[in-house]
Amino acid sequence: MNLDEFSLRTLCAGLRERTFSSEELTQAYLQRIEQHNARLGCFITVDPERSLSQARAADARLARGEGGPLTGIPVAHKDIFCAEGWLTTCGSRMLSNFVSPYDAHVIQCFNEAGAVILGKTNMDEFAMGSSNETSFYGPVHNPWQPAHVPGGSSGGSAAAVAARLAPLATATDTGGSIRQPAAFCGISGIKPTYGRVSRYGMIAFASSLDQGGLMAPSAADLAWGLGTLVGFDERDATSVARPAEDFNAPLDSSLEGLRIGLPRQYFGAGVDPEVARALEEALRVYESRGARLVEVDLPHSDLSVPVYYVLAPAEASSNLSRYDGVRYGWRAQQYGDLNEMIARSRAEGFGAEVKRRILIGAYVLSQGYYDAYYLQAQRVRRLIQQDFLQAFEQCDVLMGPTTPSTAFRFGDKGSDPVQMYLSDIFTIGVNLAGLPGMSIPAGFDGQGLPVGLQLIGPHFSEARLLAIAHGYQQATDWHARVPGQGEKA
Amino acid sequence: MSDSLNESSLRHLARLACIELSAGELDHLPAQFHSILGLIDRLQQVDTQGVKPLAQSFDLPLRLREDEITTRDQRARFQSLAPEVADGLYLVPRVIE
Repeated sequence: MNLDEFSLRTLCAGLRERTFSSEELTQAYLQRIEQHNARLGCFITVDPERSLSQARAADARLARGEGGPLTGIPVAHKDIFCAEGWLTTCGSRMLSNFVSPYDAHVIQCFNEAGAVILGKTNMDEFAMGSSNETSFYGPVHNPWQPAHVPGGSSGGSAAAVAARLAPLATATDTGGSIRQPAAFCGISGIKPTYGRVSRYGMIAFASSLDQGGLMAPSAADLAWGLGTLVGFDERDATSVARPAEDFNAPLDSSLEGLRIGLPRQYFGAGVDPEVARALEEALRVYESRGARLVEVDLPHSDLSVPVYYVLAPAEASSNLSRYDGVRYGWRAQQYGDLNEMIARSRAEGFGAEVKRRILIGAYVLSQGYYDAYYLQAQRVRRLIQQDFLQAFEQCDVLMGPTTPSTAFRFGDKGSDPVQMYLSDIFTIGVNLAGLPGMSIPAGFDGQGLPVGLQLIGPHFSEARLLAIAHGYQQATDWHARVPGQGEKA
Repeated sequence: MSDSLNESSLRHLARLACIELSAGELDHLPAQFHSILGLIDRLQQVDTQGVKPLAQSFDLPLRLREDEITTRDQRARFQSLAPEVADGLYLVPRVIE
């Protein structure tokens, strides 16, 4: 079974026509994981018996002529989603002993659809990072160049999809954690509009920004899976009720007359020339298919990183206060009184980046600083959102680089955390404004590392975004490239 | 506004955040904080007179639900995850003598 060539649509057809069973398909992916995981570090947990028993149940369903688009399809889940009976670590020592007693809404949706849980993927600790270097379980390696990072925080999901260890993976995006690793690993990723995907059972980092999404080789694959991911859930107070939507049908809509907005601030200094060149070529493809380019302004975009590094740590410091070593999670071995037990358990359970952000959060929320930092950041957040809404009066979609450069080397960002934070400059604004965003592969740099093209749409425009991405992928084959195979003719 | 974050203010923050800091952390965190605060201090230059804070993407009121019991009792299941329990209670070091 050559797993490099399949799309979700063809896998689904193969299962329905009994060309292969879900058990055989799952087994084939498990074998690939077995072969490559030691080298890449994509998965924290695989449990073949559990996966294969789900696959057999899917086969029984398919034999009865039942099931939907994902029945029998193996899916890798970011280890931020609680899955009943599965170790769910969030990349942290704090949860290194946490076997979830319940399913996240997202896991429940995939289980009900008959998808197979292929394993839990590695990630930056509590989703705080842009390189996967902060995981307690060690780094994930970029399948294109192992000395380079896969991006983060959903680096395990991205690398797994890129190396074709899974045909589809879940991920989450708080400041770029789906789009940036998708760009670095040369795959397609979508972060839906805030509120479309339930956060129930998705371990919280910054609740006003966190959003679940998907990664797969192509936009058509994402469209195939997205219907299962989105939907109203009363257990998430910010879940938005929307009419059910078919994301597959509109894929082939024309790009004729499409107005593509190019934010001036996304094409300036600081963007690697090779990234800029790949982007220009991508835009030419769109023009050749009838799209029109419009220059737009996002005047507050350079403030998105500072706003994010007030709001995200503030929300994190509050969300992560639940880890106290009392009810679940890591507890220190040696301690005196209760306070020492909690403070030491947290000191031992959290890694350096998580501690740094909790402390920053405590700082910006503390007496005397709350107005100046927290409220001021929320005000600038509104200005950033208004910039986007105004830009969408002149265009249908915004495009630009997902990241200023291709995947950097391990350790390249040095000891100053701000250098790492600034690499998310083009992705963070989307989360602050609650918009849907995608990254799709748009070529390679001279080192053979993938370049990502970012697409940003108005609220709830996922179907349109997927169609715009699909239109490009009909004209190019970057999304079909697989690491380790060299250039295709 | 945040030129200095010295060791004693860092200790205060660590107390607020309930995290024990090592000597090494107390030593190198101030420089990292200095860099991060330098980044976020840029917000002070922005004129936001009359701008309403945006707490989340949509200004929708949060939904309310009836105050009814909607879940079953799963105490034993949840307590199986705890480091130390006895008689259905979570155990911590004695607080009151």
